[in-house]
Amino acid sequence: MFKKLTLAALVAFGLAGGAHAAGGEAHVEDFKFSFEGPFGTWDQNQLQRGLKVYTEICSACHGLQYVPLRDLEQLGYSEEQVIAYAANFEVFDEELDDFRPAKPTDHFPAVTSVGAPDLSLMAKARAGFHGPYGLGINQLFKGMGGAEYIASLLTGYTGEEKEEAGTILYENTAFPGGWISMAPPLYGEDVEFDDGHSNSLHHEAEDLAAFLMWTAEPKMMQRQQAGFVGVFFLVVLSVLLYLVNKRIWAPIKRKPTA
Amino acid sequence: MSHAEDHEGTRRDFLYYAAAGAGVVTTGAAVWPMVNQMNPSADVRALSTIRVDVSGVAPGTQLTVKWLGKPVFIRHRTEDEIAEAQQQEEAFAAGQNVVDTNARNANLADSSAPATDANRTLPSPEGQPAQAWLVQMGVCTHLGCVPLGNAGEFGGWFCPCHGSHYDLAGRIRKGPAPENLPVPPAEWVDDSTILLG
Amino acid sequence: MAGIPHDHYEPKTGGEKWLHSRLPIVGLLYDTIMIPTPKNLNWMWIWGIVLTFCLVLQIATGVVLVMHYTPHVDLAFASIEHIMRNVNGGHFIRYLHMNGASLFFVAVYAHIFRGLYYGSYKAPREVTWIIGMLIYLCMMGTAFMGYVLPWGQMSFWGATVITGLFGAIPFIGEPIQTWLLGGPAVDNATLNRFFSLHYLLPMVIAALVALHIWAFHTTGNNNPTGVEVRRGSKAEAEKDTVPFWPYYVIKDLLALAVILAVFFAIVGFMPNYLGHPDNYIEANPLATPAHIVPEWYFLPFYAILRAFTSDVWLVQLASFVTGGIIDAKFFGVLAMFGAIIVMALAPWLDTSSVRSGRYRPMFKWWFWLLVIDFFALMWLGAMPAEEPYASFSLIASAYWFAYFLVILPLLGVIEKPLPQPDTIEADFDAHYPPKDEAKGAGAATPAE
Repeated sequence: MFKKLTLAALVAFGLAGGAHAAGGEAHVEDFKFSFEGPFGTWDQNQLQRGLKVYTEICSACHGLQYVPLRDLEQLGYSEEQVIAYAANFEVFDEELDDFRPAKPTDHFPAVTSVGAPDLSLMAKARAGFHGPYGLGINQLFKGMGGAEYIASLLTGYTGEEKEEAGTILYENTAFPGGWISMAPPLYGEDVEFDDGHSNSLHHEAEDLAAFLMWTAEPKMMQRQQAGFVGVFFLVVLSVLLYLVNKRIWAPIKRKPTA
Repeated sequence: MSHAEDHEGTRRDFLYYAAAGAGVVTTGAAVWPMVNQMNPSADVRALSTIRVDVSGVAPGTQLTVKWLGKPVFIRHRTEDEIAEAQQQEEAFAAGQNVVDTNARNANLADSSAPATDANRTLPSPEGQPAQAWLVQMGVCTHLGCVPLGNAGEFGGWFCPCHGSHYDLAGRIRKGPAPENLPVPPAEWVDDSTILLG
Repeated sequence: MAGIPHDHYEPKTGGEKWLHSRLPIVGLLYDTIMIPTPKNLNWMWIWGIVLTFCLVLQIATGVVLVMHYTPHVDLAFASIEHIMRNVNGGHFIRYLHMNGASLFFVAVYAHIFRGLYYGSYKAPREVTWIIGMLIYLCMMGTAFMGYVLPWGQMSFWGATVITGLFGAIPFIGEPIQTWLLGGPAVDNATLNRFFSLHYLLPMVIAALVALHIWAFHTTGNNNPTGVEVRRGSKAEAEKDTVPFWPYYVIKDLLALAVILAVFFAIVGFMPNYLGHPDNYIEANPLATPAHIVPEWYFLPFYAILRAFTSDVWLVQLASFVTGGIIDAKFFGVLAMFGAIIVMALAPWLDTSSVRSGRYRPMFKWWFWLLVIDFFALMWLGAMPAEEPYASFSLIASAYWFAYFLVILPLLGVIEKPLPQPDTIEADFDAHYPPKDEAKGAGAATPAE
């Protein structure tokens, strides 16, 4: 049903999606995430694994400054666990005029030391899929592909390096332009997952991408639920209005009023 | 009017009512989020309970923390203060300078509990003297000023705005304030952490 | 109110008479809601209600968002994230507002092309048309300034590029641009004034909408035949019309419910489809995104803006004639605004005595070519400014102007129109034959 609706939307919005043209020939793999599709849901274990990858590896250089630590309770952690986790981070307190251990009411700290971008919204700030020909059809059927882009980037290193203007660049098949300044952060078996899930490079990348999708759009499930309720109400209303409309026009159009 | 027409009329009415009803429900469902968005947001709600580390609050000192936008006094009494509070309670029970006899303690199930020292104080964690901790809102019940600690005729708190005197248990004993300083919901999470709210 | 003869509101009770003699508002509402409306309107006449709904939706969600938004360069982006994460239902309200702008423009383009096909702009409805064009301009201004408020990369660089258009005006351009921005570049002053104007312009739109409705309620609605409602007597008029309530209110609400079901599916399941990912990166005045693209609804005119480069002979001629005052940059700006102005002038450029495109065999082809041209420009506006897109853009832009400046005036002279029905009633009866003729005629075909 939603395929049809989205198809109708495409017609209604014309060539709307054409806004996202450009994009190189970078290769982005279409990962299958549990949150995809109209009835997708978060895989809580996956999000917890992704958090672990972020904490142990990414957080050294990348911040999550828009994400409140208290939101981690949505990942299935208890209040005590979140308090303990938050205390691992140092945040600057303006009242104390000093650094102190973070509390759940604080956000993840911003990390600016090496100029790496903040990851809070990364999964929405990148589009993995484009085209064809700027028509936006791929995004319509595969989704915007932010999480896919992240996972593809993390698994897309070829091992080639080159030096340019004093910086070492690494070849990456998912990065537009092909050469990225971030050294390969994951090699596989970098973290031990508590649930015993495979920690191969592919799985680590996938779990982290899912976690970053959550940090970018924590209300995705509520949004889809609200959308579904809205569509349901409006379809019921449409059917009733269709019948009312048919009935009141029947005498004007000289049709039998059955 | 024939029977058939009557039947049709009912069906038509039902359809119209159903459509109008669905329209009202849909509109109502759209209006509620617009109203609800003005309720406190998640970041504000997250601050409705806070944990206060009191490990650094030595006997004889007071910690003031902000909770729900207002100051909360966390007083750690010395042995002498506990003894003095006991004397004040005896005078209070004898009817000297009594303004408000209600404990004003949100932690007590009985909202009319008397304003005894035991009813005002936070039960101490194990190993500490009884009635050593007093947690109360730092807002004068007269017109909302913040009273000063270790001040006033009863050695408790004194409100500089209009001269209200509170005793060592935060009871109003003299001045224009009508009620004792309210005790907010508080409990020990562990030996050195108080959960407010 | 002048117009089609119909029953007017008569106050009956003492209270009604009391109010009516002081403020005849009930009468005004009655006349508005019971207005005689041609009974042959098709499904392209629903967009007015959709647009009215969009305006209400955008104002309602906008007022709500303002309660949580902070117009400051340091805080704006974070305050949007606050709305998305903390405010009760804030994420959905924000997505409604974001996609509501797109629905608004889908509806306005459908509404405009409906008017162009059925000749709704022709006498005596020129004023309605002109007010409509003013509403459209205000919508563009509102949408543009609203897009700046989240203070993402596209917000910032879109604002920089579009205000740069004013800098192209000869002699006074740069002072005007500085005045618009409140400084040498897009900054806090710009954000604050755009926020103020983004809140103000919808009120202007609402006032213009009232004038728009007043104007066409005075002339009466156009209809698919383009034949006017008979006004000789009330009885005659009633043969051509039905009251707006309940016939068209219910029909329009039905259309609105169906459209909103699609809209909610988009908001619920793909709310960022029509947006640009770069706008989830906070504005950075030191780094331009690789490819700046306006929102989809600006793309056709953005394509026209970019089409006229300095190697086009027309641009070179203009530059030569004006001694270099009109350079390629300024020519592009003139072309973009000109594209809207020629549309606004359609009532005087169209020389045909026949109103509806239904009875204009040659016009039809040119009209549908214009629709295709519009979508082509939309696509080209999103493509990089390089060959072959540049040449296509030039051709498509040229057709846009040719349609209004050459084809519309000429067609009226050379085209031989088809016979029109004498009355709306005759057209309606042809679709829905009266009972005595209908026997054996089978199911009536619905109006277009």
